[in-house]
Amino acid sequence: MSTIETSSTLRHTAFVLRGNPVTAIAAAGALLLALLAISAPWLTPYDPIASEVSAALQPPSAAHWFGTDQLGRDVLSRLIVASRLDLTIAVTAVAVSFALGSVVGALCGYAGGRLDKAVGRFVDVLMAFPLFVLAMAMVAALGNRVENIVIATAIINLPFYIRFARAEVNIRRNLGWVEAARACGESHVAVVLRFLLPNVLPAMAVQMSLNLGWAILNAAGLSFIGLGVKPPTPEWGIMVAEGARFISTGRWWLVAFPGLALMSAVLCFNLLGDGLRDILDPRMRT
Amino acid sequence: MIGSENIQPLLEVENLKVTFSTRRGLVEAVRGVSLSLQPGEMLGLVGESGSGKSVTGFAITHLLDRAGHITEGLIRFKGQDITRAGGADLRSLHGAAMAMIFQNPRAALNPIRTVGQQIADAILAHRRLSRAEAQAEALSLLKAVQIRDPERRMGAYPHELSGGMCQRVMIAVAISCNPSLLIADEPTTGLDVTTQKVVMDLLARIAADRGMATILITHDLGLAARYCARVVVMEQGRLVEEAEPLTLFHRPQHPYTRRLVAASPTATSRIEDLVPDGERIPLVAVTELPPPHGTPLLLDVKAVSKRFDDGTVGVADFSMTMRGGESVGLVGESGSGKSTTSRMICRLIDASAGEILFDGQSIGQIPARDFHRSELRRDIQIVFQDPNDSLNPRYTAFDCIAHPLLRLMNMRSGDKLRQRVEECADRVGLPRELLSRFPHQLSGGQKARVGIARAIACKPRLLVLDEPTAALDVSVQAVVLQLLNKLRREDNLAFLFVSHDLNVVRMMCDRTIVLRTGVIVEQGESRALFANPQTDYTRELVDAVPHIAPAPA
Repeated sequence: MSTIETSSTLRHTAFVLRGNPVTAIAAAGALLLALLAISAPWLTPYDPIASEVSAALQPPSAAHWFGTDQLGRDVLSRLIVASRLDLTIAVTAVAVSFALGSVVGALCGYAGGRLDKAVGRFVDVLMAFPLFVLAMAMVAALGNRVENIVIATAIINLPFYIRFARAEVNIRRNLGWVEAARACGESHVAVVLRFLLPNVLPAMAVQMSLNLGWAILNAAGLSFIGLGVKPPTPEWGIMVAEGARFISTGRWWLVAFPGLALMSAVLCFNLLGDGLRDILDPRMRT
Repeated sequence: MIGSENIQPLLEVENLKVTFSTRRGLVEAVRGVSLSLQPGEMLGLVGESGSGKSVTGFAITHLLDRAGHITEGLIRFKGQDITRAGGADLRSLHGAAMAMIFQNPRAALNPIRTVGQQIADAILAHRRLSRAEAQAEALSLLKAVQIRDPERRMGAYPHELSGGMCQRVMIAVAISCNPSLLIADEPTTGLDVTTQKVVMDLLARIAADRGMATILITHDLGLAARYCARVVVMEQGRLVEEAEPLTLFHRPQHPYTRRLVAASPTATSRIEDLVPDGERIPLVAVTELPPPHGTPLLLDVKAVSKRFDDGTVGVADFSMTMRGGESVGLVGESGSGKSTTSRMICRLIDASAGEILFDGQSIGQIPARDFHRSELRRDIQIVFQDPNDSLNPRYTAFDCIAHPLLRLMNMRSGDKLRQRVEECADRVGLPRELLSRFPHQLSGGQKARVGIARAIACKPRLLVLDEPTAALDVSVQAVVLQLLNKLRREDNLAFLFVSHDLNVVRMMCDRTIVLRTGVIVEQGESRALFANPQTDYTRELVDAVPHIAPAPA
């Protein structure tokens, strides 16, 4: 049934990627990052937690490509293992806020009226706070645990999904095929969840990709100010925070490598989002 | 092509070819069009979608988008070659020498500037005047396009004006610098028929008063016939025929023109005449017997009203009855409440008051929210207006047709379902191999067929048709109308046919109800109603339809 669609999607994707090599690079980078995170335990040359004080603060060398930190731990190994935690936090948080936000937003956009107004004002209130500060407050109140970082990140992402899904569903709710689904015997709820939501997914996927980068930054930021994951767990934000103490003495590698990892991860997801828009938007397929 | 030798034509187009570069390679949109236009003449450029009529207009005004290029040919304006004009030449050409009026006036106007400012902007772009002088000039232009209360309208934003008013503002912008050529691209498509008449009359008068030549680009043969001295017909980028309207309509030479003329409904045409013999769908001969006495009415709508949440009244005190197999037309202009009424009867929205009986059972009592669970859901189905948005983009044609069967007939996926869907596709003339396609891979006519197949899949007894052909080309409309008529006879289906096209309603419906601002103005047997309207409003509607004069016997 769907072979035509699949092959045309592949062709279209190939076309977009040919015309937009940046997207291809970003997609490759994101894929690499995911592989790195999945196979982290088998890739690390050293134990990321075992300290060896005799080898502390060594600059990058053949033995330690990215150098060692103040406790003699291999920076490269810690970097690789950290990708797992950072990515997990970001993906889970984005998945939670997407699942919740898209359903709530879609229902609001379809139903309108009082529900829409109430949720809309709640979102406004949420958006009125500086979001990072809001996340800080939540983690501080709930406790320094990974789950709480995920929850805080999910909540501060929620408004974007609610608004986005609401707007996208709202412009479609009076289209012929939506009414046709009702005439075919579907209830209002089924129309929203089984017909409208799948149709706005492509647009939301773009938002998700952009959001992933932001969620990684957020998690790292929380750890950086001491509100996130606790040492000695390897995490990019903590690594930067710890390394910052040594930057004045010229130990640049402690900050530079985790910082670069953060930067390239965020960049990958943002660029990927840009290209996804071109791939997923059916209007681009002319 | 034609034209007297001694006067220099205002515009000459010779063998114009326009190519678009697309992903699938080069596409020739215009393949050698030649035409000429005398000063002050109104020329009709008629064709269906994809005929290249708009592209020709855009090429003349140099408004082709980036992908389009003039590959061959010559455009001469006042004897001067402007084929490759650019920069300053082009700027002085635009607006001052030739101006364009677009299809959707709301989209063509800037939503955040008042209409007065926009007209003044157009004037200032080409003439050295002070802002105050330009404003004064804008005011006189608004008067020229007969906008009521022009002083106040100067400060209005486009969204505060109706579609017809916006188009008048567009005309004011277009004529602001006294161009000698006006290109109007479907200027009245999307406007009500009475508004269309007012706007076109205005356009024709202004053009005549100011001696402007006009190219009227339209899909509507009747409209071109009414306003143009000469009509050229385009098909697939080629000019197939050029003649005076009367000659064109009564003695069309080219086969395509003949098909087009036949497909355009007139005040006298019958459904059977719309399509040439070869493609005609054979009608099942049915002798329509009056139903036996005591048969309950299929539909009995009693004093139904709809008041919206914001207090506006959509429909007030609407009553009608229908027998099984009967076809009733519901006509009216936009805002007349015809769509609201059809959706209340279809049980997609709730009425605020009144009662709806279907086959003797009260269905108005069941909230629209719960009607999907009713046994009668399958008996009342609907075909939607725009085939482009009436199919779920993520469903194949097969899924679309199977949807009601799965939900309302409790069928399961499998051979039986496949068989039933294929049967439906056959009935609406949709080739089976298209069933695996997605909507964006189908043409407008094919999408319309899928929509009809979906609606008849459950063998309903009442089919609500909400402007089923409004978005289709006339030749496709002709086929779809024939198809609907055939299905109605085969299944003894009752039609509630909602439309703004009086000619179509007259052909399709036994009875017609005329609606205006939610109130029934007039109703009666279709032919009688249109031949001899009793109310001023109906008469106005009937008169506004651009007709082709019947052939002299």
